[in-house]
Amino acid sequence: MTEMPAFSLAVPEIWLLSMACVVLVVDLFFPGREHAPAFYLSQLTLVGAGWLALDAHWGMDEVTFSGTYIADSLSGLLKASVAGLAFVVFGYARDYLRQFDLLQSEFFLIGLFAVLGMFVMASAHNMLSLYLGLELLSLSLYTLVAYDRDSWRGSEAAMKYFVLGALSSGMMLYGMSMIYGASGSLDLAEIAAAAAAPDQGGVLMAFGLVFVFVGVAFKFGAVPFHMWIPDVYQGASTPSALFVATAPKVAAIALFIRLMEGGLGNLFSHWQDMAIILAVASLVVGNLMALVQTNIKRLLGYSAISHIGFLFVGFAAGSPEGYAAVTFYAITYAITTAAAFGVVMLLSRRGFEAESIDDMRGLMQRHGGFAVVMIIVMFSLTGIPPTVGFYAKWLVLQAAINAGLVWLAVVAVFAAVVGAFYYLRILKAVCFDSPDEQTPALQATASMRVLLAVNGAVVLAAGIFPDTLVAACRAAFGLA
Amino acid sequence: MIELWHYLVLAAILFGIGVAGIFLNRKNILVLLMSIELMLLAVNFNFIAFSQAVNNLDGQIFVFFILTVAAAESAIGLAILVVLFRNRGTINVGDLNSMKG
Repeated sequence: MTEMPAFSLAVPEIWLLSMACVVLVVDLFFPGREHAPAFYLSQLTLVGAGWLALDAHWGMDEVTFSGTYIADSLSGLLKASVAGLAFVVFGYARDYLRQFDLLQSEFFLIGLFAVLGMFVMASAHNMLSLYLGLELLSLSLYTLVAYDRDSWRGSEAAMKYFVLGALSSGMMLYGMSMIYGASGSLDLAEIAAAAAAPDQGGVLMAFGLVFVFVGVAFKFGAVPFHMWIPDVYQGASTPSALFVATAPKVAAIALFIRLMEGGLGNLFSHWQDMAIILAVASLVVGNLMALVQTNIKRLLGYSAISHIGFLFVGFAAGSPEGYAAVTFYAITYAITTAAAFGVVMLLSRRGFEAESIDDMRGLMQRHGGFAVVMIIVMFSLTGIPPTVGFYAKWLVLQAAINAGLVWLAVVAVFAAVVGAFYYLRILKAVCFDSPDEQTPALQATASMRVLLAVNGAVVLAAGIFPDTLVAACRAAFGLA
Repeated sequence: MIELWHYLVLAAILFGIGVAGIFLNRKNILVLLMSIELMLLAVNFNFIAFSQAVNNLDGQIFVFFILTVAAAESAIGLAILVVLFRNRGTINVGDLNSMKG
């Protein structure tokens, strides 16, 4: 009775896994000091994986591998975004790692395995594949955070991240076991059918829902499950923090949509209130705590928490429109944050980490071009037109209002106004403060500078011409 | 006669001990790792009990995967612990406080 699985649909994962193994072996034979073969092969792998994902999944809607794997437009879009973001992260990371004597091929390898985990998650149609993808991602991220093994703070951040991450995995698994007991299946479609029954799966299902939701909120970093985010952003070496801050946010969208919408969407009325509470708490706590930060990486951590609050506003709307808006928000937010970390990495040099806001002083006079990038990025994070951040916030608020959550939209707007304060504080340092006496010239290579300039331009261009990406996000949820 | 709810209560107690161990423990990180392991084993208990109750083998297969992942997780946790100890010379939970605010 077992039919042959459709391997052609899983080509992105197969390519990624084989190429990761190739990178491992190639680096063994051609290490060099620069690890150039491993780096370029990794980048080629990511480009190929993103292209294959779009090619094999866009416009499809098929379930294969005995119901554990789904190929649809959403998985194609999310995988392509994840691969693209990882590409940018690797590009930034190489320069920085070289300057800090940390350049090993392991960074790229572990990154590739994290991407593989995110791919599996994006295509999960069974709690087992969802869990395995999530764990592959999480275990890779713990390792990446501890990547700078001589760092006093990095090892502490990794330990905190590991303990809280394992706790959240445990919570989620406990919830999954309850849901399994209530529905008698691990398949998300069958769980959805059990949740649609008149008794909605009963008390077991309700228990499972709460535990799973807590686990998902932990993975996002929504308040009150946010404790790990600021420490990881501050403690991890900047490339690792950059990785944690970008692609996994998009993958978390996949986790939420597959599990809460695909599996437990019929229990929306039960989890909507939880989503609203998390949204409000994240918006308030994230923005207020960011006000008092002086470390720019930690500030970006709290800023991430407030943006996660925005994501939950979209989830609370619970409509395909809301999910499409959230997907757009997460992708564009990750691109913007990548540029913000890019500026931090650009200003860092051997033995000096530009992680204080004061290190940004006088950037306008020193390097006008990169100051413009920073201005665009901060405008986008605040949500000022014509940058892409404005458009993303607008879509989410529109979805919330259409779902009748006007007061939640008002809270979100107020929180965004508070957020403007600390973003503009960075801009004040960039534009109006005078630079320190002796700041040495930038050590960044040309490729890093080009990448950063392009990244900034994309943030601006995506705000002026958002139609393609918005249309893709809407199409992924079956909206015209 | 041992019924389903007996298993569930036992698993819930084990899970609760695991969670409490993470939050109440103020001394040693090794105890944290043990607490995490206990949580995962409680989940395994749940899966096996449910698998028997709903007459479906998927839950028991899930347990094998959880055991494997838990082993990998412990390995990484211990590796991070070694790195931490080399940097600081202590594995006291209370000393993990260099970042605040």
